[in-house]
Amino acid sequence: MSKRIILAAVAILLVIAAAYASFFLAPEERTMGLIQRIFYFHAATAWAGEMTFFVCFLANLLYVWKRQPKYDWLGVSSAEVGLACITVVLITGPIWAHPVWGIWWTWDARLTSTFVLWLLYVSYLLLRTLIEEPERRALLSALFGIFAFLDVPLVFFSIRWWRTQHPQPVIMGGSGSGLDPTMSKVFFFSVLAMHVLAAFLIVERYVLEKMNSELDFLAREVEAQ
Amino acid sequence: MSLFSNTAVLLSKELRTEFRSRELLTTTVVFILVVLILFSFAISPTTEESREFGPGLLWLAILFAASLMLQPCFLREQNNDTLSSLRLAVSDPFSIFLAKLIANTLFLLLTELIMLPFFAIFYNVPILPEIHWLVLVLFLGSLGISVAGTALSAISAQARMRELLLPLLLLPLLTPVLVVSATVTVSLFEREPIVKGKGIAFLAVFDVVFLTALWLFGEYLLEE
Repeated sequence: MSKRIILAAVAILLVIAAAYASFFLAPEERTMGLIQRIFYFHAATAWAGEMTFFVCFLANLLYVWKRQPKYDWLGVSSAEVGLACITVVLITGPIWAHPVWGIWWTWDARLTSTFVLWLLYVSYLLLRTLIEEPERRALLSALFGIFAFLDVPLVFFSIRWWRTQHPQPVIMGGSGSGLDPTMSKVFFFSVLAMHVLAAFLIVERYVLEKMNSELDFLAREVEAQ
Repeated sequence: MSLFSNTAVLLSKELRTEFRSRELLTTTVVFILVVLILFSFAISPTTEESREFGPGLLWLAILFAASLMLQPCFLREQNNDTLSSLRLAVSDPFSIFLAKLIANTLFLLLTELIMLPFFAIFYNVPILPEIHWLVLVLFLGSLGISVAGTALSAISAQARMRELLLPLLLLPLLTPVLVVSATVTVSLFEREPIVKGKGIAFLAVFDVVFLTALWLFGEYLLEE
């Protein structure tokens, strides 16, 4: 219990510090101005979300291999947290894009593949609600999770190579792009904060899922008697 | 060796079941036809536009049709209670998948070839100049759709709301196939056709990735 409280406290403090740093420590971007500061949350959450989906993929693989319920709990927890992160990304993106690009949305590789990623994990969670029996649900959703994760690089590159009519991204876009040193410090601090926050949420969701499954088990036993 | 002989037997079973009634093929052909005609009502394209958008619409129609056509693939086995005997009969469960996905690819390819002349007439696109490349793209695309679709229909057959679930699971997963095959097909219909080798290779990569995944994880999909 105490470990969870410490993790919660660390996550909250880090997020507050990251917010402070991105508003007051990072220098103002020359052309975009104030709105650029959303980047510290937008991109950091995206990284955390992608990491979370990777955790989900590992949990799926481990479930298929070991068949222990804990991997199923980890899978669903990380998928939900990842989905929450990507939802934040898909909301903060257009908020930034509208003043900067003049449009809310463009069918560029990153945006589109993030959206497909979001759809894939929505289907993953939906699939889970449609299978009654816990073991079958765990196995089949783990397998779908594996297929979905394998699909992600294919989606990204197919869109990047054949659908992008858009200039290269400003950040991490190869040569000519880059960040001011202070900006990059603030950015990587936000990345850390978001990862810890995601870890905290996964732990909480995991504990909840574990209790849920125990409750479910007990309810089945009572029914059987 | 038993993998191939098992697959051959199962494939002939799949083909025999289908060609006895030809239900799947007829409904899919009509479905694609309806969708293509409705698309052209919805956007009423000019000649130039239909060259540009026609292939995308064609592939979208194929994707929708496939997500319906792949439905009975495992459902039929489940309704007839034949899945467990199938699993007992073969030494490697991958042969069940292999037979089904080959059959599905053949059905899909057949419907596409039947539809192609109608598509060419309605959308006024020249299909003949690069027909061999077109058939290759149709084959690789359909193979990708069938591999992913056969795997997912084994999942959706075991869930509630299966009729709605399969398209929901399958269509986002097939985004790369739609993007690439539509792009490659568009460039084949240009006034001076371009063969996009990279795109064709990408489709092959998609097929290989999902075939390998199915080979590795297929047996778990059929666990009781």
